[in-house]
Amino acid sequence: MSDVPYMPQIPAAGERVGATVDYEKNGLLGWIATVDHKRIGILYLLTSLVFFGVGGIEALLMRIQLARPDNDFLSPGSYNQIFTMHGTTMIFLVAMPGLTGMANYLVPLMIGARDVAFPRLNAFSFWLLAFGGLFLYFSFIAGGAPAAGWFSYAPLSEQPYSSTTGVDYYAIGLFVLGMGSIAAAINLIVTIAGFRAVGLTIRRLPLFVWMVLVTQVLILLALPALNASLSMLLIDRLMNGHFFVTDSGGSALLWQHFFWAFGHPEVYIVVLPAFGIISEVIPVFSRKVIYGYEFVAASTVAIAVLSFLVWAHHMFAVGLGHSIDVVFAIGSMLIAVPTGVKIFNWIATMWGGSIRFTTSMLFATGFLVMFTIGGLSGISFAAFPIDWQVTDTYYLVAHIHYVLFGGTVFAIFAGVYYWFPKMSGRMLSERVGKIHFWLMLVGFNMTFMVQHFMGLMGMPRRVFTYPDLPGWAALNMTSTIGAVIMGIAVAIFLWNLIVSFVAGEPAGNNPWDAWTLEWATTSPPPAHNFDLLPPVRSRRPLWDLAHPENPDWEHGH
Amino acid sequence: MQTDSSLLRNSALAQPIFHLFLLVGIVMAAILLLVTVLVLYASFRYRHSATGEIPQQEFGRTSLEILWTAGPVVILIFIFGATIHAMRESDPGFAAKQQPDLVIVAHQWWWEARYLESGVIAANEIHLPVGKRLFVRLESADVIHDWWVPQLGRKMDAVPGHPNFLWLEADSPGFYSGTCAEYCGAEHAWMRIGVIADAEPTFERWVQHQLEVPSPLPAGSDAVQGAELFQQMTCGNCHAIAGSSAKGRIGPDLTHIGSRLTLAAGRFQNTTANLASWLANPQAIKPDSHMPNFQLTDPQVRQLTAYLETLQ
Repeated sequence: MSDVPYMPQIPAAGERVGATVDYEKNGLLGWIATVDHKRIGILYLLTSLVFFGVGGIEALLMRIQLARPDNDFLSPGSYNQIFTMHGTTMIFLVAMPGLTGMANYLVPLMIGARDVAFPRLNAFSFWLLAFGGLFLYFSFIAGGAPAAGWFSYAPLSEQPYSSTTGVDYYAIGLFVLGMGSIAAAINLIVTIAGFRAVGLTIRRLPLFVWMVLVTQVLILLALPALNASLSMLLIDRLMNGHFFVTDSGGSALLWQHFFWAFGHPEVYIVVLPAFGIISEVIPVFSRKVIYGYEFVAASTVAIAVLSFLVWAHHMFAVGLGHSIDVVFAIGSMLIAVPTGVKIFNWIATMWGGSIRFTTSMLFATGFLVMFTIGGLSGISFAAFPIDWQVTDTYYLVAHIHYVLFGGTVFAIFAGVYYWFPKMSGRMLSERVGKIHFWLMLVGFNMTFMVQHFMGLMGMPRRVFTYPDLPGWAALNMTSTIGAVIMGIAVAIFLWNLIVSFVAGEPAGNNPWDAWTLEWATTSPPPAHNFDLLPPVRSRRPLWDLAHPENPDWEHGH
Repeated sequence: MQTDSSLLRNSALAQPIFHLFLLVGIVMAAILLLVTVLVLYASFRYRHSATGEIPQQEFGRTSLEILWTAGPVVILIFIFGATIHAMRESDPGFAAKQQPDLVIVAHQWWWEARYLESGVIAANEIHLPVGKRLFVRLESADVIHDWWVPQLGRKMDAVPGHPNFLWLEADSPGFYSGTCAEYCGAEHAWMRIGVIADAEPTFERWVQHQLEVPSPLPAGSDAVQGAELFQQMTCGNCHAIAGSSAKGRIGPDLTHIGSRLTLAAGRFQNTTANLASWLANPQAIKPDSHMPNFQLTDPQVRQLTAYLETLQ
């Protein structure tokens, strides 16, 4: 029997962290002026939610326009602005802030810290996001939103072909968002490096924190590439530069290389923290420790390294030549290996468990299959002659949505159902949550599964309408109906959030009987997070507390 | 029947991609089935039971980790081999100084095709002799576009300042529909491609016909007035008609517009009524296209339509 002290017996042995006097104000000013990572995290999440609504409405407008061939619900100009803003919004104003919000709220709690390393910088990051997002949307009333697609390929994005100010708003808006992301990344890296509880070594970090850490390194390396490219685009547009203007000697392909040097790591920036959420949710609801912790963590690092070596797989159709295509195909195929390792470890975690299918676990289970579909169709792009047929078609639209919606968004839903009780002190309704999940699963597959076939049948992406070719109308109508079902599911989710926030069942400190440190404080936690920390002798300090007869540290974990 | 499906192959260049897709598709479907079965089995078999027993805590097993690392690597090596094979078959190499048979220039929002040997210039509808492999140089006059006729093989971007090359071949006669596949601005949706593959003699007849200069118009007809209008309204600044002073190269060559199947890059069928409505207000048919609304009167529309329809 070990002599390791644990909290209920020896409070004095617990580490006392931070002041117990809460200086945070209440009311609106309290939220605007806050430097508390939890409030900032919630502000991020609410911002993400608002833009999720906006981006979702944009998606529905597109699906209404595409419901039947030769429709004139939207003009080509409006459609092109809307699809550009849909992509830009969902990537930069929904996925990134949603995950950053989760990280902001959870990382200090999960590592037993009082706050992030630089609370004021943290607030600054958030306000850059808020104003960057508003600035981007201001383009609608300033002469037209950007309409060159979310990756703004030059020379279409240059002055001669995009003469409204939309692309300028896009470039400056994303530049501001990029600064916020970089500041937040520095903040989280320093926090994780320097503010962990005693005993919480890097090999004991919760996997969510691990994946957030790797993601922040990706942000730090990738976002400057985007900001540099955006600066060059602005110099071209506003000061008659020639970086990407082909008529005066610039290179159209240079923009693509620069953009995807950021853009492919970006995919993992919005996927890795989702993997982190899944790595927390599946063990807790399977009542088992994560299977192959080291392999799940190391495969994350492998994905991050590979993500910088595959950018030109977005460019298989631009004519770089076979030798370059082959090199980038190898890197792209290799990414499947660490991703597969994760999927199998998650399944192995469920194997032999005692699985409680809460809404959170349902979304995590849905994630496993939906993300696998997106990952597998990704391999068909890496086998690049297939890419030569299906890239820039609806097959690709289906692929990215299986990765980013079936993957990232399903994981965020799993995370929201899992951590909402901690954040609000109240449980989300499980009954409503299950309706949300099943409607979402059906609507999502109805919308996007058929899009694989649309692409194979020759329908390109980013078209405001299409000719009435055999089969196209029926598939598009199916997709539109699916999108409406997804819209209803989201409305139910919002309703659940509001009603549960007001009148949900009280959650208590640890409603799921979970094992990481955020559950060792009240729900919601006080401004200073913890009065006392339990001893951290393994990856699951609260498991050790609850199971003194079989603590993890006895197994060397 | 018009169809776009890349699943229907009508070219020796499309066939290898289809076979690769089948192969990868089967492997992917098998993996998806495996993952789905495992997830569903675990979900039902290991559902929480009322006994409340704490399951055995397993921390992992290196042998299994090696299995599900090495397994995918083997599968990927296999797919990689098939990829290289399909690459060589579907996109054959060419000599460094090989002269193209056909130059295709992508414009916002239409396609120009120049047959170098014969000197024929066509727009949007590209004719090929069946069974003969043509070497194509692909260019862009403005932004990035993408040539994609699914049944005939790979797509290829048309990048300004960066000419690309590809082979084009159809194995049986027919009409193959395609489209611009890289978003290129407002009317990207209506930048469709028609490839018409004919037996060699028919193709040759088409070439000879394309080289003919329009014959003189019967005096006093609407068409004569239309021809005059065409010159007065500065149509020739953008369009060319062989044998006239119209030499513009901004828009499609109209020397044989009357014999084309569709108008405005596949926007609609080439009928008298459609041509008239296009001339009356192109911006209503294809908003933001580079053809301005000339505010023509009804008689002017009728005369121009009559003239253009003589250009068979």
